[in-house]
Amino acid sequence: MNFYDVIFYAFAILTIVSAIGVVFSRNIVYAAFALLFAFFGVAGIYVLLAADFIAVTQILLYVGGILVLIVFGVMLTSKAYDVEVKRGVLQVVPAVVIVGAIAGTLIGVFMTTPWPISNFAPYEETARPIGALLMTQFVLPFELASVLLLVALIGAVIIARREKGTKPR
Amino acid sequence: MMTLHVGLYHFLIVSAMLFALGIYGVITRKNAIMVLMGIELILNSANINFIAFTRFGLMNLTGQVVAIFVIILAAAEAAILLAIVLNVFQQLNTVNVDEVDKLKN
Repeated sequence: MNFYDVIFYAFAILTIVSAIGVVFSRNIVYAAFALLFAFFGVAGIYVLLAADFIAVTQILLYVGGILVLIVFGVMLTSKAYDVEVKRGVLQVVPAVVIVGAIAGTLIGVFMTTPWPISNFAPYEETARPIGALLMTQFVLPFELASVLLLVALIGAVIIARREKGTKPR
Repeated sequence: MMTLHVGLYHFLIVSAMLFALGIYGVITRKNAIMVLMGIELILNSANINFIAFTRFGLMNLTGQVVAIFVIILAAAEAAILLAIVLNVFQQLNTVNVDEVDKLKN
């Protein structure tokens, strides 16, 4: 157990415990806050995997963007007098069976497959080579992603601004 | 092999646990926003796999680029889903996925 391992276990436990909090919390606001810590834990795991650019992107986009969106959604869809935003669960027993089967299968496959492991040193900084890849090998998916983001955001605005009772044109 | 020393397998197992928890959230939750949180957990677990294979596997930086695309798609998906949820809440006054069954009647 060196320092790297200790940090890894700390981030892994933070991530998994927060994810358990997200999934099992009875209060949707607590679940949103647990999701915040889960995202931070995943960002720490990215740092341990020498993916600095993705880690920063994760914090900026997930914590700064998606989580804020989710919290807005929570606030706009729960009634003001309903402080304890309790929401039920359904199909717990089939869910446990399915999730157990999926997790068992995944972990079994992960453990038994002889993955090819390289001995390359990790990249010292990834932003520059990622930028080069995005502009050369992945330029078509990159442009498609930009168009998709534009379409999705315009569509989201149009869907969300439709007033109650009005017919879509 | 599986040792206490952190290698590829540890990251894969963390990702598998995160994936299973996300699936559990998607299946059991009634609230549509909680379902969205489960989906975000699933996407994060997939990203951990991509980046772990970038670090340990034989695919240079491709995994990280794919992870960026996954994050972009997650952002677009969250925006669309929240717009739909807000609209459903305006129309039906609920966001529970089991109560939105207007098409049945």
